[in-house]
Amino acid sequence: MERKEGLVDRVWGLFASVRFAVVLFLLIALTSIIGTVIEQGAEPEKNLMLLKRLFGDSLAPSAFRLFESLGFMDMYRSWWFVSLLALFAANLIICSIDRLPRIWRLAVEPVRPISPQAADRVAIRREARLKGPPDAVRDRVERALGSAGFKPLHSPDGEDGYQLYSQKGGYTRLGVYITHLSIIVIMLGAVTGMFFGFRGYMSIQEGYASDVAYGRDDSTHRLGFAIRCDDFDVEFYDLSDMPKAFRSRLTVIRGGREVLKKVVEVNSPLRYGGYTFYQSNYGMVPDAEGYFILKVRGPSGDAVTVNRMLGESFVIPGTEIVGTIRDFSPALAMDDSGRTYTYSGMMNNPAVYVEFSERGRERYSGWILRRYPSTWRLPDGNLVELVDYWGVQYTGLQVRKDPGVWLVYLGSGIMTLGLCIAFFTSHRRIWVIVRREGRHSAVTVLATANKNRQAFERRIERLVSRLSGGSDG
Amino acid sequence: MDSSVLFGAATIGYMLSMVAYIAYLVFRKNSIGVAATGITVVSFAAQTVAFAMRWVEGYEMGLRSFWRPPVSNLYESLVFFVWCLILGYLIIEFRYRNRSFGAFITPLAGLALAFIEMTGMSKEIQPLLPALQSNWLLAHVTLSFIAYSTFGLSFGTALMYLIEKTERRTEPAYVFWTVSLGALVVLLLAMGADFTKFHVLASTPEEMKSYLFRATFKSGSTAVSMASWAGAAVIVGLIWRYGYLLKRVVVSFNVSAGLLDEITYKAIAVGFPVFTLGGLIFGAVWADQAWGVYWSWDPKETWSLITWLVYAFYLHARFMRGWRGRKVAVVAVVGFVTVVFTYLGVNLLLSGLHSYGSIG
Ligand code: HEM
Repeated sequence: MERKEGLVDRVWGLFASVRFAVVLFLLIALTSIIGTVIEQGAEPEKNLMLLKRLFGDSLAPSAFRLFESLGFMDMYRSWWFVSLLALFAANLIICSIDRLPRIWRLAVEPVRPISPQAADRVAIRREARLKGPPDAVRDRVERALGSAGFKPLHSPDGEDGYQLYSQKGGYTRLGVYITHLSIIVIMLGAVTGMFFGFRGYMSIQEGYASDVAYGRDDSTHRLGFAIRCDDFDVEFYDLSDMPKAFRSRLTVIRGGREVLKKVVEVNSPLRYGGYTFYQSNYGMVPDAEGYFILKVRGPSGDAVTVNRMLGESFVIPGTEIVGTIRDFSPALAMDDSGRTYTYSGMMNNPAVYVEFSERGRERYSGWILRRYPSTWRLPDGNLVELVDYWGVQYTGLQVRKDPGVWLVYLGSGIMTLGLCIAFFTSHRRIWVIVRREGRHSAVTVLATANKNRQAFERRIERLVSRLSGGSDG
Repeated sequence: MDSSVLFGAATIGYMLSMVAYIAYLVFRKNSIGVAATGITVVSFAAQTVAFAMRWVEGYEMGLRSFWRPPVSNLYESLVFFVWCLILGYLIIEFRYRNRSFGAFITPLAGLALAFIEMTGMSKEIQPLLPALQSNWLLAHVTLSFIAYSTFGLSFGTALMYLIEKTERRTEPAYVFWTVSLGALVVLLLAMGADFTKFHVLASTPEEMKSYLFRATFKSGSTAVSMASWAGAAVIVGLIWRYGYLLKRVVVSFNVSAGLLDEITYKAIAVGFPVFTLGGLIFGAVWADQAWGVYWSWDPKETWSLITWLVYAFYLHARFMRGWRGRKVAVVAVVGFVTVVFTYLGVNLLLSGLHSYGSIG
C-alpha cells in the first residue's frame, strides 16, 4: 500500500514537472524533423530514391523496411508520435492541476500589511522624508497612490504610524494557465475532427448538380443535398496565362428547392449543412459540347446575346448576315508563319472560328478571341463578342466536414488572450509604511511585480518623487 | 526614380553600417560609433521611403490592391525582415544607450541582403496567384517576420551573453558560441567572396542564376572548394583560440550579462506571442480558408512548429533549476537557427506545398 502510493506520487510528480515538459518539447521537435525530410504518404518509389541518395543503393531497401516498420512514411499518425502528443497533453493537464490551487490563492488573495521580515525581502524599495507627522501626510500619500492607479487600504494606526497597501492584476497570474488550457482545447478540436470529420473531393460540370463527394480512398459520401455549378470562370492577369482568380457560381439544392447561391473563390469557400466547399481546381470535360455565348451588335447599335452550339448559326440583328460557328479552340495561338494552333487544353484564350455569309454568298470568316476586343469587330463594322463557352468546364471542389474546427479556433483565441496576459501584464503589489520621526514622517515604499520589474520600478520612482516634491524633508 | 534605386542605396548603407559597427567594436572610437548610427538611421529612412514607394508601385501597376503592403514574395519578405530587425536594433540602441550590440545584429541584416544578391532572386513586383490573395496570409507573413526579427535580436544578445559568461576554452558553451560565431563569419566572408568575384571582378554569366557560394564552397574547381572548407575550419579555430579577446572587448563596453539576458528574454517575450498568433494561428486560418485544412504537417508548417517548441523550451527552461544563464542562452541561439531553417532551409532543401517563397 505504502509503495503503491509512492509510485503514484512519483508518476504524478514526473507529469507535473517542467523538466518533463521540456524533454517532451525536445523529443517532439526532433522527431518532427524526420517527417519533413521523408515525404509523407508518398509513393514508395519516391522515398526509396531519397534513401538511395542518403544511404547508398545497397542499404536503401533495408533502411526503407526499417523506416516503414517505424511508421516514418506516415509518421504524424504513427502510434509513437501520437503517444508523444498524448504524453504532452497529460503533462500539461497534470501540471496545471498540480499548480492551480497555489496560483489561484496568489491570484485572489487580498493584500495584507507587510511584516518587517517580509519587508526585508522585497525587491523594490524607496525611502522619503516628508514634513509633518503621519496623520498630516496621509492625504498626500493616498493621492500619490491613486494617481499611480492603486486604491489603497489602511492598516489600523499604530503608535508611531500606519501602512497603506494595495495591489493590481492578481488575476493576471492565471495568464499562463489560460495559455496551457488553450493547447488542450486545440488538441481536443483536432481529435474531434479526426474521428468525426470527413475530407473529400467532388467535381461538377457547368450546368450539372451532384450530391456525392469522394473520400481519400474513392469511397462515396452522400451529402444529403446537391450542389449545382451554374458557371465557372477564370480571370487572368491582363493577357498572360497567370490566373488572377477562379470562381464557381454554386447553388445548393435541397429537396428540389434552391436554398443558397454563392460565388466560391479560392480563399472564399461555401459553407452549408456542416460542410465547407473550397475552390480547388478546374478543367475541361473531355468531349463535352456546350453553348457559345455571343454578344452580337448590328448597325442599329442594339446588342443581343445568343447561345449556339458548334455548327449552328445566328443572324446579326438588322441585317441578313448569318454567322456559322465552324471551329473552337480553348487556347489559340499563332506561330511565326501565321498558322494558328491550340497551346493548352485549358480555356486560357478561348476562340471561335465563324464564317459569315449574306444570302448564301460567303462574306468573310475568321477567329474571334475572347481576350482580344480587336477581333470582335467585323470588316463591315458589326460586332461579335465571344462571352463564354459554357457547359464544358468542370469545377473541382475540396469538401470538408470538421466538427472540431470551432474548438481549434476557440483554442487559438484563448491562446492569444492567454499569451497577452502572460507576457504583457503583471501582478503588482505596493506597501507604503509611514512612521513618525520627530516632526517628520519617514516614508518607505515597498513593491513587487511578478513580471517586468524594471518598468514597475520606474513607476515607483516617479511616485516617490511626486511624494517628496514640494516637501522640504 | 523608382523604389529599387532607394532599396539599392539602403542595402549599401546597411553593409557600410555593419562594417562601421564592427570597426567601432575593434577600435572603440566614439566617432566611429556615431558614424555607424548615422549611416544606419539614414539607410533605415531610405528603406522606409522605398518600402512606401514599392507599395504604391504595386498598386499603380494593377497587381496589388491598395491595402496590400509589399510583403508577398521571398525578396519582399527578406527586405521586410531587415527593416524590422534594424528598427528593433535602433530601439535597443537608443533605449540602452549602447552601440556594442550593433556589431552582433547588423551582420544578420547584412547576411539577409547578401543572400538576396547572391541567389539572384526575382525583385520584380509579381502578380499574385489566387491562393496568395488573402488577408490572413498577409497578416501571417507580416507578423511572422516581425517575430523573426525579434528572434534575430535575441540571437545577437544571447551570443554576446555567452561571450561574456564563458571562461575556459573547453567549456561546451564556449565551444558553442565560438562555432556559431565562426559559422556566421564564414557565411559573411563566403558571400563577400561571391560578391567580389562575380559582381566586382567579372559580370555574372547569363546562365548562372544563383552564385551563392560559387566563389568558395560550390566552386567548379575542387581545389578552391577544398581550400574554402579548410579556410572555414581555420577561421572557426582562430575564433575558438582567441575568443577571450572578444570577451574583453564586450566587457569593456559595460554591457552586463544581466542586461543581455534581460534583452534576450524581452525580445523573445515579444516575439513568442507574435509568432504564435501570426506564424501559427493566422497561418492555420489561411490554410483553412484556402485549402480546407488548418494543419497538414507539410514541411514548412512542421518547421514553424519546431521553432515554436524551441522557444517554448527557452521560456520553460528559465523556470528550471540550473538552466538560467548559459544554457538558456544556447537555446536562444539554436532558436534563431531553426528560424533561418524554417524560412530558407525548407525552401532551399526541402519542398512543400508553399509555392510562396520559391526563389524565382
Ligand atoms: C507548447 C506548449 C506550451 C506552451 C506554448 C506554454 C506556454 C507557456 C508560457 C508562455 C509560459 C510563461 C513563460 C514566461 O512567462 O516566461 C509558461 C509557463 C509555464 N509553463 Fe508552459 N507552455 C506549454 C507547455 C507546458 C507544459 C507541458 C507544462 C507542464 C509541466 C508547462 C508548465 C509551465 C509552468 C510550470 C510554467 C511557469 C508558470 C509560472 O509562471 O508559475 N507548460 N508556459
